[in-house]
Amino acid sequence: MVADSASPETCRPRTPTTTEGAAARAAALADVALADVALADVALADVVVLSPPGLAALANALIGDGYRLVGPTVRSEAVVLEELESADELPWGWDVDADAGRYRLRRRADRAVFAHAVGPQPWKRFLLPPASLLWRARRGESGFSVDPPEDPLPRYALFGVRSCDLAAIAVQDRVLATSAHPDSGYRGRRARSFVVAADCATPAGTCFCSSLGCGPAAAGGYDVALTEVVTGEEHLFLARAGSAAGDAVLPRLPSRPATPHDLDAARAVVGEAAQRMGRRLDPDGLPELLAAHREDPHWNEVAQRCLSCGNCTLVCPTCFCTTVVDATDVTGTVAERRRHWDSCFDLDFSYLHAGSVRASTSARYRHWISHKLGTWPEQFGTAGCVGCGRCITWCPVGIDITAEIAALRGGVPEGGGL
Amino acid sequence: MTAVTESAAADLVGSADSGTDPMVPHRYRVVRRRLETRDTVTQLLEPLDEPIPAFAPGQFAMLYAFGVGEVPISMSGDPSRVELLQHTLRNVGAVTGALCAARPGAVIGVRGPFGTSWDLNSAYGHDLVFIAGGIGLAPLRSALLQALSQRERYRRLVLLLGVRNPDELMFRKDLRSWKGLFDVDVEITVDRGAPGWRGQVGVVTTLLPQAPFDPDNAVAFVCGPEVMLRFTALGLSQRGVPAQRIRLSTERNMKCGVGLCGHCQLGPVLVCRDGPVFSYDRLAPLLHVREL
Repeated sequence: MVADSASPETCRPRTPTTTEGAAARAAALADVALADVALADVALADVVVLSPPGLAALANALIGDGYRLVGPTVRSEAVVLEELESADELPWGWDVDADAGRYRLRRRADRAVFAHAVGPQPWKRFLLPPASLLWRARRGESGFSVDPPEDPLPRYALFGVRSCDLAAIAVQDRVLATSAHPDSGYRGRRARSFVVAADCATPAGTCFCSSLGCGPAAAGGYDVALTEVVTGEEHLFLARAGSAAGDAVLPRLPSRPATPHDLDAARAVVGEAAQRMGRRLDPDGLPELLAAHREDPHWNEVAQRCLSCGNCTLVCPTCFCTTVVDATDVTGTVAERRRHWDSCFDLDFSYLHAGSVRASTSARYRHWISHKLGTWPEQFGTAGCVGCGRCITWCPVGIDITAEIAALRGGVPEGGGL
Repeated sequence: MTAVTESAAADLVGSADSGTDPMVPHRYRVVRRRLETRDTVTQLLEPLDEPIPAFAPGQFAMLYAFGVGEVPISMSGDPSRVELLQHTLRNVGAVTGALCAARPGAVIGVRGPFGTSWDLNSAYGHDLVFIAGGIGLAPLRSALLQALSQRERYRRLVLLLGVRNPDELMFRKDLRSWKGLFDVDVEITVDRGAPGWRGQVGVVTTLLPQAPFDPDNAVAFVCGPEVMLRFTALGLSQRGVPAQRIRLSTERNMKCGVGLCGHCQLGPVLVCRDGPVFSYDRLAPLLHVREL
């Protein structure tokens, strides 16, 4: 159960075999969720069962191994990702009500800990921080000298990563870590990371990972994957290892062997989750669709609603664009280069000496959605969207990526904006 | 201990500390500085650290002015002179202003070379047509110097140059020496004439219909503002040069130069990685879409 299962690289879009119209596509999409029943190829012997204290023991073991534990917790009426001191801080007993432009936490009757789908923050907040120092330079005898940052890169244990976000990390790996000139900061943080995945049992109203083959079960790229099962009195986590590091940590936890009944229950949880996606996106022929609609008047219609605020790019787990800021201290002897997240919705993003290339909101929205769903495969050999639904949830005016694609296809937008 | 056990991440992206950081500049000292026009400067640089790898004409470097910032600038020098780098840049903002002001002795940062080249080798046996708008001559100068050093490989060499007015003419010494060669055709035009100018007046595309090359056997290399690229490519197509033998050098905002920052996208291409030099058949569907 080592290594070879741990290479998601890209999701596998469940592309319908027929392209004869929307009805055929819809029918094919209805099938897909059942096609890959989660955990189908997991053997009983590879699974152990943890109780909630066992989950806490996993968190403690990782902290004990020197990892900085990062996971979901409730703050400011949202589930955010924070550095945690123990599993107590996880969002026990919360789930969410999410729709276009809407996010509300809800109390649950049970103590489920991974029932909150995804919050606003993607894990890139830790692997590709919003702001970081690239290097510092000092004026000296021979002009200046450049020093790399002194702080050692952190070792993060990412705790409770959903399959959509696992796929997103694999996308960023392709862009930032395995390209011709890898980004040393991202690659260093990523290579040191330990990933605890959590299969998704309760997708939110804006989720569509199953349309893109990115979930709801974790298919690889993790060290340990968990499936949470909450039924009546029972609250347990089926744990499986996806790497040698995962294999090494599981025997150190209080656990019991899994029974066929446990595995059936876990499969049912994830199988049902695939049926409850709040959104759907037909992945068929998206690059061609978007290339054919570059001059479509629909972009002007979207621009009537889009505020160009960039929220979608900040919450997107695959958006990787950054800018650099060069500055000196007040004496002018020490200079720094810092890197910040940037957004293609910012007017300065495409600035050349003659002005911005994408001056209009319609051009900027077209660029964003075309990059995400159209040009990404050609640029990086992987899809750019994983179906996490964050851009829909956190758009202040509820613009819905799935509805805009449906509109481009000529259909009536499903769900729609506000 | 997990530290010594292979994790899923290390398996996917490799070990943490291999490779050099592509964002750290190499230091170069300015050894010569020549004012080309009122606001345009050519500088020669020698390395203080390990030099960057040899460049091919058409590639660019990221040039860093201490504490001010970094800009992508094409190499304009002779590619066979590996010990000295040469670039030419115009003062259009804070960073280019600070770089232009760097006099002999000053130290600047260089990262590169990045991007695709003019790929002169693939034009063996053809007419070479270099078409420049303004400072677009800089990256073409490198290519022309390389072609002249291997003159026997090519048939006709043609340079068509358009500048806004006679004061904007740069590389004057080179232009005079190329004009003095019997096997190079140099045509120069200005958008607006000026007292004392006896040459051609008109945009660079007006030179195309009469230019002495064989469209069936020519490769064109074009660099200039984007609007000039569009119309020059159309003009070359009208003369019958096939799109795959028209090469255009494009420009976009760049922060990294190595495909990590996302700024230089032009539809499906990253200009820093897949360009800056593209063939027209690749670029045509993109170049004619507004605000792409």
